[in-house]
Amino acid sequence: MAGNAVRSQGLLKTVREIVRPIGQLVLFSAGSALILSVIALILAFILDQTPVGDASQHTFKMNLLTFTAANLPQVVIDGLTIGFVYAAIALGYTMVYGVLEFINFAHSEVFAVGAFVGVELLIFMNQQGMLRGAPLGLAYLYLILAMAVGMLAAGLLAVGIERTAYRPLRGAPRLVPLISAIGVSFFLQDAIRLTESLATGDFHRIIPTFGNFDTRLSLGKVFIGTAPVNLGISIKSIIVIVAAVLMLVGLNYLVNATKIGKAIRAVAQDRPTASLMGINVNRIISLTFLIGGLLGGAAGVLFALKFTRIDPFVGFFPGLKAFTAAVLGGIGNITGALLGGIVLGMLETFAGAFMSSFTMGAAGAEYKDIFAFGVLILVLIFRPHGLMGEQVGQKA
Amino acid sequence: MTKRFLVMLSVLVIASIALTACGAPPTEAPPPPAPAETEAPAATEAPAAVYEGTIKIATQSPLSGGQSSLGTAIKQGAELGLEQLGGPLRDMGFTLELAPYDDQANPDTGVANAKNIAADPEILCVIGHLNSGVALPSSEEYHTAGLAMISPANTNVAITDRGYPEVNRVVGRDDVQGAVGGQFALDQGWESAYVLHDKTAYGQGLAEFFRQKVEALGGTVLGFEGTEEKANFDPIITPIMASNPDVVFFGGIYDQIGVFGKQLREKGYEGALLAGDGADSSTHAEIAGDSLLAGAGTFYVAVAGPAKEYPRTAQFIEDYNAKFSMPPEPYSNQAYDSAGICLKAIEAAATAAGGMPTRADVAAAVRATQDYEGTTQTVDFNDKGDIIPTARYFIIKVISADPAEWANNELLAALDIAPE
Amino acid sequence: MISGAASLLRRWSAAALRGPGAYLLVGLHATIGTLLVYSSPRSAISFLILLSSLGTALAVKANAAFKLVVILLLALVVMPVLGMRNIFYLEILFQISVFAALALGLNIVVGFAGLLDLGYVAFYAVGAYLWAFFGSRQYYYLHTEAGTQTGTAPFLLPADTFYIFVFLGIIVAAITGILLGLPVLRLRGDYLAIVTLGFGEVIRVLANNLDRPLNFTNGPHGITPIQRPTIPHFFVDAFNGTFGGLVGKQVRDVDLYNVFFYLFALVVIAVIILVTRRLDDSKMGRAWTAIREDETAAIAMGIPLVRMKLAAFAAGASFAGAMGILFASNRTFVSPESFSFLQSIGVLTMVILGGVGSIPGVILGAAVVVILNLQVLQGLSLYLAALRQSEALIPILNFPWKSVPNQFDPAKYQRLVFGIILVLMMIFRPAGLIPAARRQRELAKDEGY
Repeated sequence: MAGNAVRSQGLLKTVREIVRPIGQLVLFSAGSALILSVIALILAFILDQTPVGDASQHTFKMNLLTFTAANLPQVVIDGLTIGFVYAAIALGYTMVYGVLEFINFAHSEVFAVGAFVGVELLIFMNQQGMLRGAPLGLAYLYLILAMAVGMLAAGLLAVGIERTAYRPLRGAPRLVPLISAIGVSFFLQDAIRLTESLATGDFHRIIPTFGNFDTRLSLGKVFIGTAPVNLGISIKSIIVIVAAVLMLVGLNYLVNATKIGKAIRAVAQDRPTASLMGINVNRIISLTFLIGGLLGGAAGVLFALKFTRIDPFVGFFPGLKAFTAAVLGGIGNITGALLGGIVLGMLETFAGAFMSSFTMGAAGAEYKDIFAFGVLILVLIFRPHGLMGEQVGQKA
Repeated sequence: MTKRFLVMLSVLVIASIALTACGAPPTEAPPPPAPAETEAPAATEAPAAVYEGTIKIATQSPLSGGQSSLGTAIKQGAELGLEQLGGPLRDMGFTLELAPYDDQANPDTGVANAKNIAADPEILCVIGHLNSGVALPSSEEYHTAGLAMISPANTNVAITDRGYPEVNRVVGRDDVQGAVGGQFALDQGWESAYVLHDKTAYGQGLAEFFRQKVEALGGTVLGFEGTEEKANFDPIITPIMASNPDVVFFGGIYDQIGVFGKQLREKGYEGALLAGDGADSSTHAEIAGDSLLAGAGTFYVAVAGPAKEYPRTAQFIEDYNAKFSMPPEPYSNQAYDSAGICLKAIEAAATAAGGMPTRADVAAAVRATQDYEGTTQTVDFNDKGDIIPTARYFIIKVISADPAEWANNELLAALDIAPE
Repeated sequence: MISGAASLLRRWSAAALRGPGAYLLVGLHATIGTLLVYSSPRSAISFLILLSSLGTALAVKANAAFKLVVILLLALVVMPVLGMRNIFYLEILFQISVFAALALGLNIVVGFAGLLDLGYVAFYAVGAYLWAFFGSRQYYYLHTEAGTQTGTAPFLLPADTFYIFVFLGIIVAAITGILLGLPVLRLRGDYLAIVTLGFGEVIRVLANNLDRPLNFTNGPHGITPIQRPTIPHFFVDAFNGTFGGLVGKQVRDVDLYNVFFYLFALVVIAVIILVTRRLDDSKMGRAWTAIREDETAAIAMGIPLVRMKLAAFAAGASFAGAMGILFASNRTFVSPESFSFLQSIGVLTMVILGGVGSIPGVILGAAVVVILNLQVLQGLSLYLAALRQSEALIPILNFPWKSVPNQFDPAKYQRLVFGIILVLMMIFRPAGLIPAARRQRELAKDEGY
């Protein structure tokens, strides 16, 4: 009957909105991995005919092609992991930009606050002795709890920032809220530092070890020549990837398949008309910041989990790279943020792993960071709207 | 328009005046400090005469920004030194004060502060800096003013190579520490090395000399990489694993080395991890945990011996912990020793001058320091300001992942090496 | 009562700023300032009073010749002489000049043309490293590893080529500005900001890493020693002869460099101000205003968009390049640490604080930020440190200073202060402390969303 048809249509839509982003994920990951691998192999092959190949023979006891091929699988895995971290952070930037056409510079500090709050909770639990020897299920529960608390803190902070530093500047020319955002970012860096050193005496915080997160799962060995190369991925990397995927799917569903999401898209498309349609624009904007903050906070705790140590300035570089990723993918576009993150993570990892051997030591891993900027500039010159293009009004 | 400008300017000026009124030289307002308890390790007899005046010792280190934990360690080490070792000068009747400056790890701020320090006649000795990039231009100012400077942390060879009579250091130079590491590596039979550094003057210098020594002794250096990365070392670890070196050397500070070491061991590296004195901190164990014990182990070259072998070091750690509620970090005991040397020199100069000594007197006295018993070594300065006859280096192996046990790390060797 | 006081103030300032009252005010202010600084050379208050007398001299309505004489007297005679009694002041003045020049350059890019450049310090670095390379021994160390040089190679060029390099620095920096600008000037405002931020970081990383395969920059060790131009000996003798008594001691060659660089920086600033004024009033200046207010309309009016933007970039960059050469020579040492993102934001803060697009505003902004950073914050924390070493109590609260936690150290929170300044200025006074007339109308908010 009609009711059943509508309901099954709704069900179909839900399923589609969940499956589609996952499908895109797989496509992007596989695609970028493949393309970059091919480029790397071709480059290696060409360079093997030059003195670079001889140097490689001398150092690694194998020619450059073999070296590259042997390391490719691990590099791809590492690239994906960091790529998802960037994608998770980029979601916050892209959400706010889509709705307000404004770069929320302070998002990197929201990310940092989320990390700090989550880590402080874990440290507190550790001091109570709750973490040592906890059974696996409980360990995961604690982690999720820390993430939830971090997310909440970050989300509230983001809303607070919007209210105090951005809303008064709503009608001003573009540059004004941007500068205000930079100011907030700097203010927060030192505010975190002050709070942390007052409360705990030390503003570098280390996430306690618990659970099986550091264990490395072996995915096999690759034998090239005589040297075996171990392939593996650590459980915390898997957690990061899974969490990022969940965040992505959740966000995509929220924006495309719910009424709130429709409101957000309406405000993004045409603010005055949306308000004429009865949407409370201020509330939607606050909500957008809240969602962005929640995602940033989650990304923060994941970052702390993967990289162990955090300090008040931890947000700056990942935030910048995540923004680069968002622009690379096409800012305002959720799928774009995802694609940008994966591509950037892969590029960076490839550069870091292979640049030194490809250039005989002349340019090494030091240039990994500015590689990202170089890519950004190239993309912006040749395709200013990013890889996925900015489609006005649509989010995916 | 001009009216408003003037009004605004006056407001600004008044505001700045009001703020700076608080920032007026401390000699104008606060009451004199109460005499501190004397815990000086060396006993002194009460001097014959009683003098008057305020003597200040300045510290310059980054108290803000990313390196502030090390900069604060320098300031606090000096503070503790002033408190514990300042007895003889206070007995003489002088008032002792610490004047901590924040150079923000920025050469501009360092130089400006240096000029400010030079303009304050009460400052007779400077302890600083952390970054060689700030120390080099600032020490030009100290030299112009004839003010004695003792560096607790700068290992860049250029600092003393310029031959300024005021500039000294209590740490060894990069060229020696790196070479010691290289010698040790080959002595252990580690033929192939992969060298990393943190792209600072300290880390890169260390790594450079390590590499030179290894190659001179016949070993192979499979790779030489620098990175400012503090979190994600995966891309760098991949070629390391592929080239399978016997030892990985990291010239850097424990915050980077700890995270790196953890990720390195997680990827299954079985060789040895070797580092410089920047790795010497119990926080290293907190970050790296069990990975410190994996594979062939984690080693570091230190300029301070493990506390269990050196009772003075143990005492220092205890006192530092008691006063600042945090464990001492790298360079804090060097700062403590520097403060002690300053105080001793000022004391000698004051006695010789029969009153408040001049800066030149103090600088000469600092350079003339002989057999000063520091927390871990005896200090003498040579004619360039480096330590002679030997700077002492310790090779230490980490034996426990527990930060509380850091002081009990195993001392493998203690080497006395003269600077060239 | 408040309105009564306000009207009193207005009447008083009306009297003081015009007619004979003005001359009296300026003369009094300057004389009192000079005497105060002479008698207590280390007091920051006296220094600020003297410095603000310059402001008074500028603000009053009086005979232009009189104003010029007073300002020149203060800047060229009084400041150097008093500065030799306390070289910290000359350092502050030098840094104010350097940052004022940088701020004026950024002012052209951000204020006139409306392009938010977050990596401005890159051009400063280019100028500094230019002289650092050619004015030192680095050429002979091209094939050595960073930090391992021993012995002494000769200097590549004689020290007095410094003057030529000031011009070269302008040109090279301008070219760099054009090169950097070409790929990115088609971008929209916020993208441009991020890309320029990226460029700033790229230059810093390059400076830190261009020590292999050829050692151009000596990596993180930096380049030292860098030559300074020679001061003729008769100048030192003349200075000692004329002002020796006032200064109180014999001044050496090396001390006089402080004065030299301070004066040279003043000359450069004067030139920059002149150039900026001419640019503001020219066809290019009006084109920039049009671009800033509405790009589409500007294109429709036939303004060559990319060329004008490139010109803004090049002009702004050239100022930074010139100051870079000066900076390298004064410090005799450059290293990548001087060119961080924090510096770029510092310069931006100066421009925003002072007044975007306004020349006196930007100079005031530079002065305020430098004094805040070097004197006020440091002074406050030194005072706090002294209090903490004493037994004093906080009044009213009766809480001992000793127990105030170490973390409450004002000097540590430079970023906090910058951040608050930026946010508050944007919310309450986006046109800056001394607004340019045009900007005020522009930055008034639109209605509605």
